[in-house]
Amino acid sequence: MERLVQTLVDAVSVGSLYALTALGIGLIFGVMRLINFAHGELITFAAYTLLALFGLPVPLMLFGAIAVAVALALVTERAAFRPLRNADPTTLLISSFAVSFFLQKLLILVVGSRLKGLDFLPALGRQIELLGIRLQLLQIATILVSAILLVALTWFLRATRLGLQMRAAAEDFRMARVLGVRANRVIAMAFALSGILAAAVSCLIVVQTGVVQPRMGLQLVVIAFVGTVIGGLGSLTGAALGGFLVGATSILLQALLPPDLRVFREAFVFVAVALVLLFRPQGLIPARGLKERI
Amino acid sequence: MSARLPLLEVSGLVVRYGAVTAVRGVDLQVGEGEIVSIVGPNGAGKTSLISAVAGIVPPAAGSIGFAGKSLAGIALEDVVARGLALVPEGRHIFASLTVMENLMLGATVRRDADGVRADIDRLFAMFPILGERRRQPAGQLSGGEQQQLAIARALLSRPRLLMLDEPSLGLAPTVVAQVYALLKSVREQGVTILLIEQNAERVFGLSDHVHVMSGGEFGLSGSAAEIKNDLRFDAAYFGVHMRQPASGQ
Repeated sequence: MERLVQTLVDAVSVGSLYALTALGIGLIFGVMRLINFAHGELITFAAYTLLALFGLPVPLMLFGAIAVAVALALVTERAAFRPLRNADPTTLLISSFAVSFFLQKLLILVVGSRLKGLDFLPALGRQIELLGIRLQLLQIATILVSAILLVALTWFLRATRLGLQMRAAAEDFRMARVLGVRANRVIAMAFALSGILAAAVSCLIVVQTGVVQPRMGLQLVVIAFVGTVIGGLGSLTGAALGGFLVGATSILLQALLPPDLRVFREAFVFVAVALVLLFRPQGLIPARGLKERI
Repeated sequence: MSARLPLLEVSGLVVRYGAVTAVRGVDLQVGEGEIVSIVGPNGAGKTSLISAVAGIVPPAAGSIGFAGKSLAGIALEDVVARGLALVPEGRHIFASLTVMENLMLGATVRRDADGVRADIDRLFAMFPILGERRRQPAGQLSGGEQQQLAIARALLSRPRLLMLDEPSLGLAPTVVAQVYALLKSVREQGVTILLIEQNAERVFGLSDHVHVMSGGEFGLSGSAAEIKNDLRFDAAYFGVHMRQPASGQ
């Protein structure tokens, strides 16, 4: 019983991390039709900010990580993606790879490519006992942080003027602009939000792994991207669900597969992904009314 | 010509898409409080003309003036703040958003929350079905209801000029009659209307001025009564007056 609950909590916690990452990608795809692989570098840069600020009070480190991820998101939007706003999705995709590689190589140039240990918030590594079941505090924290961010993002999108404009822009950008919705403001807001999500993921991953390295973000983003595809590109609920399912399935397979098959865990995940796409090529929760955008 | 002040003044407008010229030097005046209609067959350039006025496509040549000021170089999202609202062909309502959210988006450029709320209440009296369905996703409305929503949404920006691109497209005749009755009451509230239709018969009863467009040009222009009784109407509508047998094509 204890082992089952522990596995489920682990699955929900890892699923939440991927859901947050997939949401960051989904937000940008929604308003720009851009699959932003450079989202991974937002996560990586936030992690290196934690490393650089190590020793300062934790709230300052967290603030620094968020500030760097948001600033980097806004700078990449302004410098790389805004000039290409009317370009076709392939051009945008290639430019997002270019930004991703540029930032990754820049980081390697400055700090080197070796892993660096970072003992951030070691207290979260403790085990706690909840209803007689021992659980890692970090997993509970991951689930809580993800839930809070999901609720906050949902509130922002549903209850604020800018959130409504973002949802409208995601569905039919040109019509939204005809009604007076400012393209620059909506897109910048989406990038800023994706920066906040990336910083949150970054902090949780650093606590979990205890290391930072220049490719850490890209690995996460590739898996999360698969999540956004099976969830339904363009749908935020779909992105969150798809990311969650990919992460959670991967942990459940790790626990359920016979030991000698566990090394092929990823292969099983991708077979499941292929099956989903075979039966629902538009994703689990397809976006409604994807229109040509300006 | 109208003695009233021209609210919209388009002159020598040319719209091109690559090598294709959709609008060829059109002059158009819409006086304050008027209903002006442009009729013509599919591909006549009507939508290109209205899209250029709304800022969606940049004109290749010519000028567009609104309330005495040029609209040249204005960003698409700034046009509505000047007092022009567009109900585009196909309505383009936000299907996944509720009726209320669609209406709120119509008021994007306004800052007077109380005024917006009062206007929405007034629109619900004018369009009762929208009031009843305010919490439903707009995609669940029927075609006629969606057209009402698109018009109500455009009115929420408090436009001086309301432009409608084929509001009767895809609607049953009884629903079209309702939409036209609505336009009449909109006009009575002092909103100037520029209307595009394929079906000329529809607009005669409503319009002050009618332009017949074909091949990117106005073939015939005049008051609704003049155009209705003009024997050259069919020729202008189908572009016969300018269609010489093309050579080499």
